[in-house]
Amino acid sequence: MVKKIVVASGKGGTGKTTVSLNLYRRFSMDGEDVVLYDCDVEEPNDALFFPEKIMIENKPVNQLIPVIDSEKCQFCRKCVTYCEFNAIVIIPSVKLAQVNSDLCHSCGACSVACPFDAIIEKPESIGQIAKYDIGFGQGLLEGRLQIGSSMQTMLIKELKNEFPEQGSLVIYDAPPGTSCPVVETVADADYVILVTEPTPFGLHDLKLTVELLDELEKPYGVVINKSGLGNHETHEFLSRKGIEILGEIPFSREYAAEYAAGNLFENVPEEFETVYQQITGKVGHHLAEL
Amino acid sequence: MKEITILSGKGGTGKTSITAALSSIAVEAVFCDNDVDAADLHLILQPEMREQYIFEGAWVASIDADKCDGCGICQSNCRFNAIHFLHGQYEINPYQCEGCRLCERTCPNGAITSTRSRNNEWYISDTRFGPMVHAHMGPGEENSGKLVTLIRNKARELARDKQASYILNDGPPGIGCSAIASVSGTDQVLLVIEPTLSGLHDLQRLVKLVNSFRVPMAALINKHDLNLEVTKQVEIFLENKQIPLLARIPFDDTVVMAMIEGKSVIEFAPDSTITKQLREVWRQITKEESLTYGKSFIHHN
Ligand code: SF4
Ligand code: SF4
Repeated sequence: MVKKIVVASGKGGTGKTTVSLNLYRRFSMDGEDVVLYDCDVEEPNDALFFPEKIMIENKPVNQLIPVIDSEKCQFCRKCVTYCEFNAIVIIPSVKLAQVNSDLCHSCGACSVACPFDAIIEKPESIGQIAKYDIGFGQGLLEGRLQIGSSMQTMLIKELKNEFPEQGSLVIYDAPPGTSCPVVETVADADYVILVTEPTPFGLHDLKLTVELLDELEKPYGVVINKSGLGNHETHEFLSRKGIEILGEIPFSREYAAEYAAGNLFENVPEEFETVYQQITGKVGHHLAEL
Repeated sequence: MKEITILSGKGGTGKTSITAALSSIAVEAVFCDNDVDAADLHLILQPEMREQYIFEGAWVASIDADKCDGCGICQSNCRFNAIHFLHGQYEINPYQCEGCRLCERTCPNGAITSTRSRNNEWYISDTRFGPMVHAHMGPGEENSGKLVTLIRNKARELARDKQASYILNDGPPGIGCSAIASVSGTDQVLLVIEPTLSGLHDLQRLVKLVNSFRVPMAALINKHDLNLEVTKQVEIFLENKQIPLLARIPFDDTVVMAMIEGKSVIEFAPDSTITKQLREVWRQITKEESLTYGKSFIHHN
């Protein structure tokens, strides 16, 4: 069975991408057949760090949008009462029957509701899924949401259904936050790595994510990034809650500058390597126990 | 009255710290935390809650096992794979349910009911700088766009009643539905940009989005000295899009120290360079002419 790890963080900017990519590299160095999924479909950035990448596949993901045939429509408004997302406008006086695709969730309720078979569904793009060869490991899969689409969750679901050729370990780089798209990403995970930074903002968002994972009953541990930058309250919170610290990555201005320029794997400080080794060791251990 | 939304595309650029700092400069303003998914502004503005309300979230369906005869019609209709046959009976996973209620409507035995999630709250509060509207979403909730629209409307009402001059919205990250709800109908957007490759990439998508709403933009680069080369790239992008760059703010851990004290950087370090820069940013975005920023670009669009 392929094991699945999610790298998540309550807020953006904590270093989730850095950690995901470095874990991908470390795990593949350790001989794992690892695949990386960029599930932050609103802002997929993992691929930016591989300038030499080769795109193997890029395919559109569609959502089924109902179209109302105004010849058949009797303007009874039954579809409107069925649509929980206010996506349908029916104005009998001007014979208008229209679906707003930005609001439609493709649930299909309106098609079931219509007594006159006036509704058919047509595919409309909500984004793309791309597969990349990034030079080592089993590669990167990325979902890219069309601007303005609200179908993050659906795209993530489709992305996760895309299995690569082979692989023994999967890393999902999750979107920020604690709402639906994150739940979708975490849903089938075996283990979650939370990345946080030791500041009041970081701690506040960490608490929200911890609350979510406890509710979903997922096993998790925490990586403290930019350690040394803020205060000690994060450590106190974690030890009070009995949450495992998988590793602490020190704040380094030099490395932040490398990251800014997109050089994630160049000049990785020695101490960082040790921390990543420690994290993959601990996570590997947890996965073996499952 | 002028409504200003502060946005960043990606998280972690220092948007909330900047919003908090501008809040301490703004007079006669109402503050609104649009980042309902991971609200942080309250950590610095420390609001004293005056009114508290429940925001009814999405519908969530559940099956009454006594009425269910196991026909499976609900499962075959559900497009979200939220209905599972487990332990000899049909069950709905509340986290997968999108609340379309099709199962409830098509169950021949009336075994399914939906209730609206009561897991989200929103508040009207007082802060040392003025009134604030903010919210807390329960974990795993959706409809953040609707919640953003709701609190923005409340902030507008409040601003009208108080005859306030400004509304400051701390925007959500990303370019999804809550970002859209945060931009539409606002008078101006202030972009807070971090000079990283991924920051630049997200900025490009965000600018496209804001332009589609024809809202004028201005920008500031935060932690600009982190990487001067990428800063240059950001500047070129802004220039091409005719978005005025109001400040290049250096990386400085004073901002983190202020955050730890629960203060804005303006209060914490009143004589610092950052404070001076942000005062100038505020002066620029509150100028009359600022509303015409980027208009020439919009016309050609
Ligand atoms: S249910 Fe069918 S006939 Fe009635 S208004 Fe909708 S599309 Fe028209
Ligand atoms: S598919 Fe569902 S969401 Fe879309 S228009 Fe029909 S009822 Fe509304």
